[in-house]
Amino acid sequence: MVKFGDDISENLHQQVFSFSHQLLKQSFNGINNVHPGYNSVLVTFDKNIYRDAALAKIQQFWDEFPEQKQEKYNTVEIPVLYGAKYGPDLDRVCEYTGLSSGAVIKRHTAVNYLVYFIGFSPGFPYIGGMDETLATPRLDTPRKQVPLGSVGVANNQTGIYPIESPGGWNLIGRTPLPIFDINDPENSLVNIGDKLHFRSISKDEFDRMKGK
Amino acid sequence: MGISILRAGLQDTVQDLGRNGYAHLGISSSGAADAFSLRIGNLLVGNYGNAAGIEVTLVGGKYKFTADTFIALSGSEFQADLNGVSFPFHRGKYVQKDEILTIGPTQNGARCYLAVRGGIDVPDLLSAKTTHVVSGLGGYKGRSLQKGDTLSIGNLEEVTQVIDIKVKLDIKRNIIRINNGLQSKWFDGNSWSSFTDNTYFVSESSSRMGIRLSGESINSTRGHEIITEGIPLGAIQIPGGGQPIISFVEHQTTGGYPKIANVINSDLCKVGQLKPGDQIQFQSVSLEEAETLKFEQEAFIKSLKNNHA
Repeated sequence: MVKFGDDISENLHQQVFSFSHQLLKQSFNGINNVHPGYNSVLVTFDKNIYRDAALAKIQQFWDEFPEQKQEKYNTVEIPVLYGAKYGPDLDRVCEYTGLSSGAVIKRHTAVNYLVYFIGFSPGFPYIGGMDETLATPRLDTPRKQVPLGSVGVANNQTGIYPIESPGGWNLIGRTPLPIFDINDPENSLVNIGDKLHFRSISKDEFDRMKGK
Repeated sequence: MGISILRAGLQDTVQDLGRNGYAHLGISSSGAADAFSLRIGNLLVGNYGNAAGIEVTLVGGKYKFTADTFIALSGSEFQADLNGVSFPFHRGKYVQKDEILTIGPTQNGARCYLAVRGGIDVPDLLSAKTTHVVSGLGGYKGRSLQKGDTLSIGNLEEVTQVIDIKVKLDIKRNIIRINNGLQSKWFDGNSWSSFTDNTYFVSESSSRMGIRLSGESINSTRGHEIITEGIPLGAIQIPGGGQPIISFVEHQTTGGYPKIANVINSDLCKVGQLKPGDQIQFQSVSLEEAETLKFEQEAFIKSLKNNHA
């Protein structure tokens, strides 16, 4: 585990992004997996690699790691159809926050978010930067099946469900775009380090985008 | 060449040694829960170690061979018969077209492996054949096998020397050895004593994703939430309730619970054999000891091959 700091910040993220990106590009023989987090990168090795050799490799990489190197940020827009059956918990968020649905959508689409890393389950983006006035606790009973592309809020986080899965987030809308492609996961729509924003779309637009 | 599933077991899945290299995209490796036993199974039929086999959990099913095939069973011993005649474990044998292998309940640990010469042939997903059951990815249609499924068997052009096992492969799974975890210091002497002096029961809700344990509660002096970070295979997490969870082959790639310890590499195969109700105890070992044990296990597998060189 390589630790860059103890809290969550864009600066630490920049180091995590750069370090894991460079490490994955190098692809040393013997590395099994690289797990970026908010302020750390976990690296696991093949069992045939000696512990000392693994540590030496990471140390060497760390020593040669160009700390100031700025990775390029991609900007990605996620179109979202908010409310109704696509966002069945929008009313719940309104009730909890005391905001109108229009205000929730406005605040949710106003932010330029940062994708800190992809983790937890396949393609799941940890997105930071949500307007704190939208914070709403998780559902008491998680749904058994959340539809692909659902956009949700849980406490002070917002997220997108990249694959159909169980989940307890408040669903406020849905994107017609596939954000994750299991057959080509390196070229998914949403990636670590992306600057991301949501755009409110109409049902017509949703259907059109979904259709193509 | 293939295998028809006449009746599926409780959870039969296609497994190889895992899909490494995609954790940064949220995809954990998956792979055989007891990789050691799958490797033995492959050696028994003359495959390379990474060929895919069928992982059978707790209770097996009925499997019909659509052509003459060379097969072996490895891992925990289950009741097994071929057309009504008892079928041995840890021995490679020819079966004929239309013969039916029935695997009953386990007589020991949680899992056994059906290895076939040529390996189970399903389409590769990201260069691996393992099924990630929780995410519905890979293997045969991303799921456990069902009645009516037919699996293809690969062609093996060059059969490696088939091994013959003379020792009894009996791995005791009640002692699980550990190294310190990333947050081991979050737990004081008392918590550590509770953790290693008591036994834990494997709970019903365990799966390939995680082994949930019940027993003495473990409390962290610094709370039960960390800033989300990577989780390695075998990490023992302590959530708020204080009941340990061993992250297993289909684990989440990142998580927010403190990790008191990590199961050492050579004992991961034991974790794959834990079944609900089993009683286990953790034993701390040094990093050096863990490494020695890992290489001893590798040397053992190598010795099986070399006996026939």
